Amino acid sequence: MELKTIKTLKEIPREEQFAPGHRLCAGCGIPQVVRLALKAVPDPKVVVNATGCLEVATTIFPYTSWGVPWVHIAFENAAAVASGIEAAFKILSKKYGVEKPKIIVFGGDGGTFDIGFQALSGALERGHDMIYICYDNEAYMNTGIQRSGATPKGASTTTSPAGKVVPGKLERKKNLIEIAIAHGIRYAATMNPAFPVDMYNKIVKAANTPGPTVLHYFTPCPTGWYFDPSRSIEVARLAVQTRIWPLYEYDNGKIRITVPVKEPRPVEDYFKLQGRFRHLLEPENKWLLEEIKRDIEENWQKLMRMAEQSK
Amino acid sequence: MKGKLVGMNGDRAVAYAAKQAKVDVISAYPITPQTIIVETLAEYVNNGELDAAFIPVESEHTALSAAVGASLAGARVFTATSSQGLALMYEILWIAAGLRAPIVMAIGNRALSPNINIHCSHDDAYAARDTGWLQFFAENVQEAYDLTLMAFRVAEDERVLLPTIVNLDGFILTHALEGLYVLEDAEVDAFLPKRKPINPIDPKNPKTYGPLDFTDWYMEHKRLQFEVYQKVGGVVREVFDEYEKLTGRHYQPVKTFNVEGADKAIVILGSSAGTARFAARKLAEKGMKLGVVSLTQYRPFPVAELRKVLESFDVVAVLDRSVSFGSPGNQLFMDVSTALYSSKKRPILVNVVYGLGGRDFTPLHVERIYAALEEVQRKGEAPEESLWVGLREG
Ligand SMILES: Cc1ncc(C[n+]2csc(CCOP(=O)(O)OP(=O)(O)O)c2C)c(N)n1
Ligand code: SF4
Repeated sequence: MELKTIKTLKEIPREEQFAPGHRLCAGCGIPQVVRLALKAVPDPKVVVNATGCLEVATTIFPYTSWGVPWVHIAFENAAAVASGIEAAFKILSKKYGVEKPKIIVFGGDGGTFDIGFQALSGALERGHDMIYICYDNEAYMNTGIQRSGATPKGASTTTSPAGKVVPGKLERKKNLIEIAIAHGIRYAATMNPAFPVDMYNKIVKAANTPGPTVLHYFTPCPTGWYFDPSRSIEVARLAVQTRIWPLYEYDNGKIRITVPVKEPRPVEDYFKLQGRFRHLLEPENKWLLEEIKRDIEENWQKLMRMAEQSK
Repeated sequence: MKGKLVGMNGDRAVAYAAKQAKVDVISAYPITPQTIIVETLAEYVNNGELDAAFIPVESEHTALSAAVGASLAGARVFTATSSQGLALMYEILWIAAGLRAPIVMAIGNRALSPNINIHCSHDDAYAARDTGWLQFFAENVQEAYDLTLMAFRVAEDERVLLPTIVNLDGFILTHALEGLYVLEDAEVDAFLPKRKPINPIDPKNPKTYGPLDFTDWYMEHKRLQFEVYQKVGGVVREVFDEYEKLTGRHYQPVKTFNVEGADKAIVILGSSAGTARFAARKLAEKGMKLGVVSLTQYRPFPVAELRKVLESFDVVAVLDRSVSFGSPGNQLFMDVSTALYSSKKRPILVNVVYGLGGRDFTPLHVERIYAALEEVQRKGEAPEESLWVGLREG
């Protein structure tokens, strides 16, 4: 059954399968994607979760926030576990008529970009039918804000602290979507909580696509990024408006920017709001800020070119 | 002996048993000397002889992760590994046992690096000994086949629900061609019907698997897990008995040879038990009595059975095909010492290291051990250090 995309928020189903009362921080962006994914993907479904904030905050025994089967096994192997579940249901359905559920995987950026990278690559290569959602808060938050391969250049974390000699992380963020596409998968997209309709539709498209799909979700983290939790969606929206987090999709060979940004806002507006970037606005770190701006522009131009070429 | 006589090496015999067990999912990564097992299963699947999902994963860590996922989904699951592969699975070994995923895994026992060596040590089996997996040791190819079938029965029994390892000595059993008796498919079906999973993943009945435990529950959950192991021995015996009715082949957790009237014995694991028995027979011709005690069931450790057997000896050599660096003794030695500590009558224990990395173990070595035991018996005290047999000289 082909699932339908939507035009307005009103069309999002009301029924919740992710219960309130979880222990994610106030202002955390993670529950948005979880709620929408459970709404956009119909039953039967199974969730596989890597170790991280989402896992520890939603399944504190004897409580659980999950109204669907939910499995946690380790930090780095969510895609591997999902591979086994998917393969099992496929054969059990063939042999014994068991109904095959959709499999949704949630992994943090650490569990996806770094330690779980191999398992994800293997699962994508083998073509297991799963929607892999990386919620990217740009650091290892569960263990206390350490840098990951997804931490953006310039950010201060506890293992890349903005110090007197080294002003935060100096390396660029890995490009998850390009890596995912390189495996020959058919659908991949970026998502952001300030654009819920765009997000919902991308999850629907992923669910409509056979084989593995990868969704890369921007999740503001007031605790790790040091901003006022009430400004979470504002931070998220600014990430898009500054072109730092372009919203686009790769759909069967075509790249499309789903939220065009004609007049970008200055990146300083985004940086100003967050403690992790505040040092970038100091005069001595001007070189780094300039470098970051160049990277953002370069990324955007590249994306525009790819979108243009796939028209 | 019931069944059809065929010739197979240990790896093929294990794969054949997994096929007859009608496994649903195999997740596999190659490593010598286990590789033939997963290659054979891939052949069965791709030739249509076995209706299973074969997941050719990108590492052992994933092989076991996928196996746990598939097992929770309700499938009958098999995998195999050796040495470094098991070490890479280590984290997930604990999780498989704690989540009560009755996976069956064959280990072609192999030494761990460095230096890289593909031959037999029991390093890998021992490395898994605290993880909660059940473990059997095969002595020959027949046992590798039989124990694989029985492992599914034990693992999936609703009183057990624990992942289970079948150990077979690398090359000595994995690659040695032996005659063995195999059952008819229908007989295996009757002995091992389709798995009836308890609490499998079911969208109609959603459950949370592997949640977070704080200090308020973790210990209770570990206690619950601990209690399961108390029941395993009984289930194993039931399965062994039922298998005997089917095949005429008698299995025991602790196998004894020549123990009546002997005051010296050796305790050993795996294929070398045969060598030890052969040597014991030779010694007996010269009027020297040596009992041979081998363990088919290694985890849970058959404490009561072993105690009963060993209490009657004066001196006992415990043979380890591995070294536990910096420990008060090597692995099996520590197990046996602990099991005997509270016995009323305890033999003097001597730890012997042998056969590392595939080093030959011969009847001559057994004779040397016998001589060492005589010496200990005369002095009435155990040596401080383990005795290494088979080391090259000069
Ligand atoms: C093998 C292993 N190494 C380290 C850890 C400790 N650990 C748990 S969660 C985590 C970081 C998770 O980061 P991420 O995936 O970005 O998710 P988040 O915490 O941000 O939700 C780490 C390092 C672990 N659980 N397992
Ligand atoms: S630390 Fe950050 S990512 Fe984790 S729950 Fe809190 S806000 Fe969310």
